[in-house]
Amino acid sequence: MAAYVNRCSNLLVFIFILSVFLFVDSQQTTPVNEQHTNTADNPQPAAESATQTAEEGRWEATEVDEAALGDSAADKLGVRASDTFVLTPTPQPKDDFQEELVIRPLHSGDIYASFQFRTLWETDFMRENKVSHYRLFPKSLGQVISKFSVRELHISFTQGYWRTMQWGQPFLPSPPGAELWVWFQDSVTDVDAAWKELTNVLSGIFCASLNFIDSTNTVQPSASFKPLGIVNETDHRFLRYATLPREIVCTENLTPWKKLLPCGSKAGLAVLLKSEKLFHSSFFSQTVHIRPVCQDRECKTTSWELRQTLNVVFDLHTSGQGKREWSLFKMFSRTLTEACPLASSSKIYIDVTDNPQEEYFELSPATPLLSQAVVLGDRRTFSVYDLTQQVTFGTVRSLNLLIRWKSTEGDMLRPLLHAERYVAGYGLQTGEIHTVMYNNHPFRSFPVLLLDSVPWYLRLYIHTLTVTSKGKDNTPSYIHYQPSKDRMRPHLLEMLVQLPPHSVTEVTVQFERALLKWTEYTPDPNHGFYVGSSVISALVPSSVAMDTNITQEQPLFSSFFPCKEESSYFVRVYTEPLLVNLPTPDFSMPYNVICLTCTVVAVGYGSLYNLLTRSFQIEEPNPRLAKKIANFIRRIRGVPLLS
Amino acid sequence: MGLLSDPNRRRALISLLTRLNAPICVLCYFAAVCWFMGLSFEPFTLRTYMSENAMGSTMVEERFPAGERALATAKEFGAHKKKVGGMPVDWLVKTMQARGLEVFTQRFSRTLPFPDENNERYIVEGTNVYGILRAPRAPRTEALVLSAPCSPGDDNNQAVGLLLGLAHYFRSKSIFWAKDIIFLVNEHDLIGMQAWLEGYHHTNTTGMDWSPLQGRGGSIQAALSLELSSDVVTSLDIVLEGLNGQLPNLDLANLFYAFCQKIGVLCTIQGRIQRNDWDSVSGYSHAVQTMMLMVMKQASGRSWGDHGLFLRYHIEAATIKGINSFRQYKTDATTVGRLLEGMYRKLNNLLERLHQSYFFYLMPSLSHFVSIGYYMPAFGLLAVILLLRALDLWVQLATPPSRNEDGVADIEQSSTGVLSVLTPLVISHLTGAALYMLPVRFQEMAVEHFQVSETEAVVLTAIAVYTGGLALPHNTHRYWLISGEGTEQGWRVLKLVAVLYLAVLLGCTALINFSLGFILALTLVPVASFVTPHVPKLLSAVVLVILSPAFTLLFSVFIFQELQEMPVSFQDGWMLYLSVISQGILDHYLYGSLVYPLIALMVYPCWLLFWNILFWK
Repeated sequence: MAAYVNRCSNLLVFIFILSVFLFVDSQQTTPVNEQHTNTADNPQPAAESATQTAEEGRWEATEVDEAALGDSAADKLGVRASDTFVLTPTPQPKDDFQEELVIRPLHSGDIYASFQFRTLWETDFMRENKVSHYRLFPKSLGQVISKFSVRELHISFTQGYWRTMQWGQPFLPSPPGAELWVWFQDSVTDVDAAWKELTNVLSGIFCASLNFIDSTNTVQPSASFKPLGIVNETDHRFLRYATLPREIVCTENLTPWKKLLPCGSKAGLAVLLKSEKLFHSSFFSQTVHIRPVCQDRECKTTSWELRQTLNVVFDLHTSGQGKREWSLFKMFSRTLTEACPLASSSKIYIDVTDNPQEEYFELSPATPLLSQAVVLGDRRTFSVYDLTQQVTFGTVRSLNLLIRWKSTEGDMLRPLLHAERYVAGYGLQTGEIHTVMYNNHPFRSFPVLLLDSVPWYLRLYIHTLTVTSKGKDNTPSYIHYQPSKDRMRPHLLEMLVQLPPHSVTEVTVQFERALLKWTEYTPDPNHGFYVGSSVISALVPSSVAMDTNITQEQPLFSSFFPCKEESSYFVRVYTEPLLVNLPTPDFSMPYNVICLTCTVVAVGYGSLYNLLTRSFQIEEPNPRLAKKIANFIRRIRGVPLLS
Repeated sequence: MGLLSDPNRRRALISLLTRLNAPICVLCYFAAVCWFMGLSFEPFTLRTYMSENAMGSTMVEERFPAGERALATAKEFGAHKKKVGGMPVDWLVKTMQARGLEVFTQRFSRTLPFPDENNERYIVEGTNVYGILRAPRAPRTEALVLSAPCSPGDDNNQAVGLLLGLAHYFRSKSIFWAKDIIFLVNEHDLIGMQAWLEGYHHTNTTGMDWSPLQGRGGSIQAALSLELSSDVVTSLDIVLEGLNGQLPNLDLANLFYAFCQKIGVLCTIQGRIQRNDWDSVSGYSHAVQTMMLMVMKQASGRSWGDHGLFLRYHIEAATIKGINSFRQYKTDATTVGRLLEGMYRKLNNLLERLHQSYFFYLMPSLSHFVSIGYYMPAFGLLAVILLLRALDLWVQLATPPSRNEDGVADIEQSSTGVLSVLTPLVISHLTGAALYMLPVRFQEMAVEHFQVSETEAVVLTAIAVYTGGLALPHNTHRYWLISGEGTEQGWRVLKLVAVLYLAVLLGCTALINFSLGFILALTLVPVASFVTPHVPKLLSAVVLVILSPAFTLLFSVFIFQELQEMPVSFQDGWMLYLSVISQGILDHYLYGSLVYPLIALMVYPCWLLFWNILFWK
């Protein structure tokens, strides 16, 4: 561990040490883990920004095999931080930016690339309105947070459906279309008004149809969406959740999202985000998450975290042309030349867990750096490329990772938890929604929270709700149901269901299709109406001990959901949205229809009714005037009248 | 309507209608027949045109190259099929997986109510294999289906081969797709398809056992079923008639026709090539025959291909059949593949379900169609006869007994009338219920007591119950001696009720299945008009029997064979007739066809009422 103490200032020494590390690479996993815990136990004097960044650098140095590189990175950062310290006497906003790209060759032969960008800022948007100087944190979002008193904000835009059976679990799940959920501060008095305004503002920021979120598709889940940041209140009156399953995500949503990054798409990993390639994929998802997080272990200070992620899955078949190989250039039509200068860390992780002897694929250029992280209940090994190091780019001054497949694609996976949903039945009057949840764990049962938000025009018959596992009734231990109001709010159904080991649990509920008013139909009524994904949140038993230390330095992709116990990890699964046909009038000839209907009603019904209800008698013609007079005289005389 | 509210003019009109009732009825009948025959005369029909914008102007370029490879796959499939002696499930799963699909299987089993002698099956067990090509960046909300039945013997191997070839090609071009595409190979043709559709929609209408499906693609927008049994074809035939006479949207037929025209494939409907000489007699009779074939097929209420079962789920579907005859010009598998590719890419462009074009139509040729607005008058003219007869009877009933305006006397009349009408109504419907229930219920008993197979037992029981019903009216007389009132009045009330009943029954049937309604009306309306107790008994009885539903079916069998240019002798025709009855009953139990219950529970009892009137004493 000599290198750990030494500071390498000169390249020769550096290379020498590197080679030493290469040599001892295989034996180093255990001591390094010790190192991890050691440093974690050390209390960090996080007072000044300069020292803090330096400390961070030191932490990084404790990562496996990264001592030398991390140290020099720390050097660099330390210099930069102290420079700013000297130049400006006032305390700088304590912010920090990290970026990373995780590439996971999937079981099915596809490639999963996940970009993670994190901006941390130690400030308080709520205290006063003085936050006016923004450095790394995007101003547009900062203003949104302070104006609407947002405590947490989560947006995702997704095009496509994550295929759990083929791809396993994603690092960060998201439903097809747009999803938005926001926790407001408890100081907000009129949450609905703030929500309405917020959705409109976000709609402008992200060029999306978020303004279509209104009371008919907003719900307040009682249990499924707990705050992910620091928790001091979980009253779900301050939570709003909405999805737009029909939202189509494209370039116009990506551009504003890229602009939120400190380096934009000019430098760093973001240069890879070329829309013509990203939207030429099997799955695309971009998210923004804002939440308050603890700065340190004791949680004395909090800071705001902005996490931007972009997940994309590339299809091997479509552009493989028979050759089964992938490179950064092939995927993104760009290579990497530098890290974002504003980033404190910039790394590429390649998942090589399933490939210890390179039997599945071949990776080039090879990297000596390996890192381990516990992700989704599994300990994974990653090859790490640190972009802050010039050596990563080699002599050609650009990094173009290449993955060459050797084996054919495998069978389908059996993820521990997955779910699907469909509409059963036929005809346009009634139907049945089936939600099927699979627990593939051989011997452990675990509870899941099912959230269903169904639009009002499907009138759920909640008395027909059944939950069955293995052919037997399964009584949910918690049910929260809020009935819909026509044209006002959707149905909300939340249930806590215990999934028995190795079982299929089916939740069914029947519904009736409402006949809408004719102005309420969409322009394409025969396409059908969308019902958003149901959300299944679960604590799935983990095969390895999970990391419960939230402040400990971890790769970004593995540290999003806070983990409270070692034996299980949090998973959220979204089912597919549904497309339901409602009874639809023939809009193609409304004029004919109206005319015909009116004619039939007026002529046919009217006169038939007349004929049936009246009795007709022949009326005597009116007597002549002379006769009237004659009769008048006769009446006076008391003589019988003339007929 | 002012005409009717003036009592004088009303009286005049009614007297005119009653006086000229018989000539008007005869006139209407012939007008209806003429109208119907005129439907297939080309100047009276409309040209087909594409209504759906999403499929219209945007032409796609078809590039499917791998017809030869598909045929090689077909051979391989045939070899594996022979080796396994049925559906080679494992091979199919492996092959589909190799083509990059998500593959699932479904097991199903069904015990038929009685053995099906045409297809030689009784206890059916099988497996459906389907692979889903997931569209990139689509959230699994919409899907298209391409299916090919795995038939016994060497049939249909090419269809499966082409299906796999297309799957491979579609997967490699997966950037096109906005909807998931499901490639389905179903065993035991319609039964497998029924199991798959029931599994997909999680319904159970016919009591079949199936294992639940694991993978789905959302709501299915359209489906094509492929039947190819030779490496090259001379023409492609499209089959539209589905269960209960349902038809897919006309745009699906238009799409097929448009692509056949574009690619230059000979296409047919009802297996008959289109002719251009509409002004010659033979050209006209060709069109009439084509349309009559469609009417016959539609009236049968059967599914004439695997596609027919999709229609219940509001999925537009058609079967495309490759026909290999002795013509010179042949089309190879690559061209058929290109045609299918084009159709799927157009269907993939759909933004809404197919709904723009007609759902109710008849086709005298693939390029011309008769819409509901044109053919309904033919039926309307027949229905008018029934209403005129009913009016006549009503007037006869209302006038003789009392001249004292209306009200009290009439009500008394009708109350006795209702009572006397109730008994024959109940008895004839009980006979109908017996016809519906007994054949299948008592097959074991019949097999024990007579030397027949189960199928024969069912059919013969049905015929026995049917003829037994004819004997009933003589017996029923004794029960309604209570009515005492003049029997002249009694039969009029009964006939009035029967005529109105028939009018409603046929009207409803024609709305759902025009062909069935029209054919029934053609035979039953004359019966309903002329029958009284005063006509010569023997002659009328013969006429009545000849125009009964059972004989209508018998004639239809012969006419159908004649139209298909496969005339049969009377002996063969009779055997065919028996098998058609058993198939009809099976269709009802297996797929939920409604023709058998409609005939047994409604039409036959209605006809019995007229039989009853004839033998009124």
